[in-house]
Amino acid sequence: MSQLIKYYNSRLDTQKIAPTFEIIKNITMPNIEALEDVVVQTRRDILRMVHKVNSGHPGGSLGCTEFFVSLYHEMMELKDGFDMDGAGEDLFFLSNGHISPVFYSILARKGYFPIEELNTFRLIDSRLQGHPTTHEGLPGIRVASGSLGQGMSVAIGAALAKKLNNDNHLVYSLHGDGELQEGQNWEAIMYAAGNKVDNLISTIDRNGQQIDGPTAEVLPLGNLSEKFTAFGWDVLEIKDGNNLEEVIAGLQEAKSRTGKGKPICIIMNTVMGNGVDFMMHTHAWHGKAPNDDQLETALAQNPETLGDY
Amino acid sequence: MKKYIDQGKNDTRSGYGAGMTELGRSNPNVVALCADLVGSLKIETFIAENPERFFQIGIAEANMMGIAAGLTIGGKIPFASTFANFATGRVYDQIRQSIAYSGKNVKICASHAGITLGEDGATHQILEDIGLMKMLPGMTVINPCDYNQTKAATLAIADYEGPVYLRFGRPKVANFTPADQKFEIGKALLLNEGTDVTIIATGHLVWQALIAAENLENKGISAEVINIHTIKPLDEEAVLKSVKKTGCVVSAEEHNYLGGLGESIARTLATQHPAPQEFVATQDTFGESGTPDQLMDKYGLNNKAIEEAVLRVLKRK
Repeated sequence: MSQLIKYYNSRLDTQKIAPTFEIIKNITMPNIEALEDVVVQTRRDILRMVHKVNSGHPGGSLGCTEFFVSLYHEMMELKDGFDMDGAGEDLFFLSNGHISPVFYSILARKGYFPIEELNTFRLIDSRLQGHPTTHEGLPGIRVASGSLGQGMSVAIGAALAKKLNNDNHLVYSLHGDGELQEGQNWEAIMYAAGNKVDNLISTIDRNGQQIDGPTAEVLPLGNLSEKFTAFGWDVLEIKDGNNLEEVIAGLQEAKSRTGKGKPICIIMNTVMGNGVDFMMHTHAWHGKAPNDDQLETALAQNPETLGDY
Repeated sequence: MKKYIDQGKNDTRSGYGAGMTELGRSNPNVVALCADLVGSLKIETFIAENPERFFQIGIAEANMMGIAAGLTIGGKIPFASTFANFATGRVYDQIRQSIAYSGKNVKICASHAGITLGEDGATHQILEDIGLMKMLPGMTVINPCDYNQTKAATLAIADYEGPVYLRFGRPKVANFTPADQKFEIGKALLLNEGTDVTIIATGHLVWQALIAAENLENKGISAEVINIHTIKPLDEEAVLKSVKKTGCVVSAEEHNYLGGLGESIARTLATQHPAPQEFVATQDTFGESGTPDQLMDKYGLNNKAIEEAVLRVLKRK
């Protein structure tokens, strides 16, 4: 574990408060090893959050952990603090809101709200609702999501506002692959290409699973890369979305292609439940929490790195 | 009876268009979105003068609502406009999650509301939109009565922070409110003072309520007429004050009696001052093709229907 992360962690332990953005700002994740530590700790957070309330969606959260860590710790240009408008910084929209555990863990450990607040996930009076929302004023969230298929439209709107404001920062969004069965996505995909929304990078979490089973059985999605290309997007693929270096390289490549007249789509192949052997390669853990024994097994596979909340 | 003069028939959607023209010149944060109905929404001038602030979405209303929500992130004030049917029922969940629940400052501007859309028939005539929109927590619901008031409402909602549903229509109707009348969201307008019955009307039925009141006066019945342009939040104080005086009420709206203005008034009275009420509204039915006048007559949405409702409610006092 890097010295910086140790420092970061020690500050948290001693102060028991939200890390300030000043602390975060001075930390540049220096290497993949340090980022791996964040990944493993995020997995622990996800597992412990859903276990505590015996509900939530660990499968997709675990599958996208490397993506979130890469995005928030390597890719995005972020301001200190949080304001809704997000002028002068990159924005991220989570369309498949059910993977809120990974989002909350990342936001908390990035300093948007106290890490201890992860303890309140899905509990009454919490800001950490089952699906992310602005309604309780949780910093880091800019729109409610959970009812699927709406996030790309919102991301497009935010990208258009950035263009109107002459703000050169980017808008990122994440979507489940099964979510693309919602028709609104295709309205948005058509619009973004037709209107050259080239400050938008939309990533598809291609884990091939949805609640009722494999996407290929529930409703085949066909060749997503060809579909996005046919709609006029610039498409690239991340072959292993659970390999940090590949994810970062893919995101960097995507970023380099922005501003050239086309929206960017990343088809990111992931394994649902990644990092916990018995949760991988199945849709069984889409929306199911581990029991006490399963949690113990899962956590043993992901030893504590930055310190549990 | 106070006299109101029709300054010349005009459509409320043109009031919206005129309001948008003015906002285009006065408020740089206002942006307009439309789903392939620019001509129907009368926003050509806004587009011509502010092409960079107009977004033609195409026939994709769900996407339009989402993009409107996103545009607020960055400080824009989006006016998303289409026919009322496609601005509400078709995109209810998009409005619910991305706009209302997310607390976004989006103005949903809906033309061709109600049965007066006319010949296109029931597929395009929505009589349920007020109910759909007023049930959303935090949503403001406005249904102005004429050209001038629609223009004033369009300007007023730009200065209000929060989601708004602004409902207007297609036919040319009497334009009788003063052009310089300030529009106060949530504030009822007392158009005529009376003592026997309160008529509370919204939208196209307000002018009909005035005609009814005049006819009733000739029969020796003194009717108070209130123009409710803001259905939510309802000006309960104005409703209660009037009904406490007259003892009975007729509500009038171009909407289903289920979920409309009448139900909001009934709830107010039931909880605070129970009084007899009659509903001038459609009776849980779809519309059909026809001219606006024919339809308003057939579905009981005109001054005659209001008069009859007044006579009924007076017997129940």
